[in-house]
Amino acid sequence: MSERAANPGVEGRFVGPLGGFRLDADFTLASSGITALSGPSGSGKTSLLRCIAGLARLPGQLHVGGEVWQDDRTFVPPHRRPVGVVFQEASLLAHLSVRGNLMYGARRTPARAQVGLDDTVALLGLAPLLDRAPGNLSGGERQRVALGRALLSQPRLLLMDEPLSSLDAGSKAEILPYLERLHRALAIPALYISHDAGEIARLADRVIYMRGGRIVAGEAPAPTLEGVDAERRDRLALAALRAGLEP
Amino acid sequence: MGEVIWTTLRLAGLTTVLLLILATPIAWWLARRRAWWKEVVAAVTTLPIILPPSVLGFYLLIAIAPASPLMAPLHAFGVRTLAFTFEGLVVGSMVYSLPFAVQPIRGAFEAMGPRPMEVAATLRASPLDAFFTVALPLSRRGFITAAILVFAHTVGEFGVVLMIGGAIPGKTEVISVRIYQLVESLQYGEAHRLAAGVVAFAFAALLALLLVDRRTDEAVR
Repeated sequence: MSERAANPGVEGRFVGPLGGFRLDADFTLASSGITALSGPSGSGKTSLLRCIAGLARLPGQLHVGGEVWQDDRTFVPPHRRPVGVVFQEASLLAHLSVRGNLMYGARRTPARAQVGLDDTVALLGLAPLLDRAPGNLSGGERQRVALGRALLSQPRLLLMDEPLSSLDAGSKAEILPYLERLHRALAIPALYISHDAGEIARLADRVIYMRGGRIVAGEAPAPTLEGVDAERRDRLALAALRAGLEP
Repeated sequence: MGEVIWTTLRLAGLTTVLLLILATPIAWWLARRRAWWKEVVAAVTTLPIILPPSVLGFYLLIAIAPASPLMAPLHAFGVRTLAFTFEGLVVGSMVYSLPFAVQPIRGAFEAMGPRPMEVAATLRASPLDAFFTVALPLSRRGFITAAILVFAHTVGEFGVVLMIGGAIPGKTEVISVRIYQLVESLQYGEAHRLAAGVVAFAFAALLALLLVDRRTDEAVR
């Protein structure tokens, strides 16, 4: 317990079969900053994220900020986990306006809100969108709303599953500055799945690599290419190449 | 004549409300389960579409007769049988129209997919909260379709109500049965007026259905 109190980040391990392969992932996240989770398609990144959110269940442990979310006896259901999730497709609730989407989670969290609606709207530039229906938004606008919605649910851990991968280049360029602002403002740990080396370089403080359901390298500093040793440079080049190859 | 119309509308209205409540958990279960044998349950709930009303009526009559084990628990409340009662008609109509409630609602839940419920969970909504604030509103067109179909189908049923209701005026005599009796006794004038009313009603119900579908298409686009 005292050990965890000293390091109130995220530490977890999940082991077990999931779909066609076996997940065996042991990881830690620092108490703030964005950690990128990278690796080839089908390596288990999304599965790991779903386990952390409680949307999928595998045997293992998960401690977030000194609290037990899962161990041998405990499994906190997803709606009791203070976690914000941004899915690959924005997945806005189609029957609610942008404001309704933003407030859906906010209304269901304890009153002591740290992230306010006004701040979130300002941070992500959502003011002109508030009264619109999700169906009339561009892909980039939708992801900004999804991000704001996740932040307003007052998470203690933010999970993002390739939030930009379904966007065209223009929408990506439009949303990246917002993500960089979020990165500077964020006081909680965040896990950001991506296999785009450019995105990772702009947004992440650390990178974890996954392959075949396992974490093969973790907690390395973000890839600024200066001062990077040859092996990591090769791996980055490979990741970039792979990102280019995969649609 | 007013009495017959009132009995029919009361039967259709009550059947619709009760059946939507009963069909919703069945449809939810069918839409969310992956096991293959759920289709066995789906087939059972769909049977009334295929069975002749006389077969359905026959078994229903046995099920709600005084000697039926299904009626035994009701004996304690002084109810010996539901045969030839309005309540019995409601039960029979619910069985008869079950597929028309389950199918559209199941389809709407399946079209919605699991994602909105996952989103709601990550936004702190408990499963029940999420069901009422996300799944129901997102599936509302399925419920509207089911309501129209069940109401219209109940107004249109004939064989089952005749067999288990017995056409008791003011209690179990509905429009379709009255028309049959009018024709039997060669009172074509009154039969025409009732029959024309049913045709107009059926047309209106179908038009409403098509308009609901159209709006769904637009919403999807």
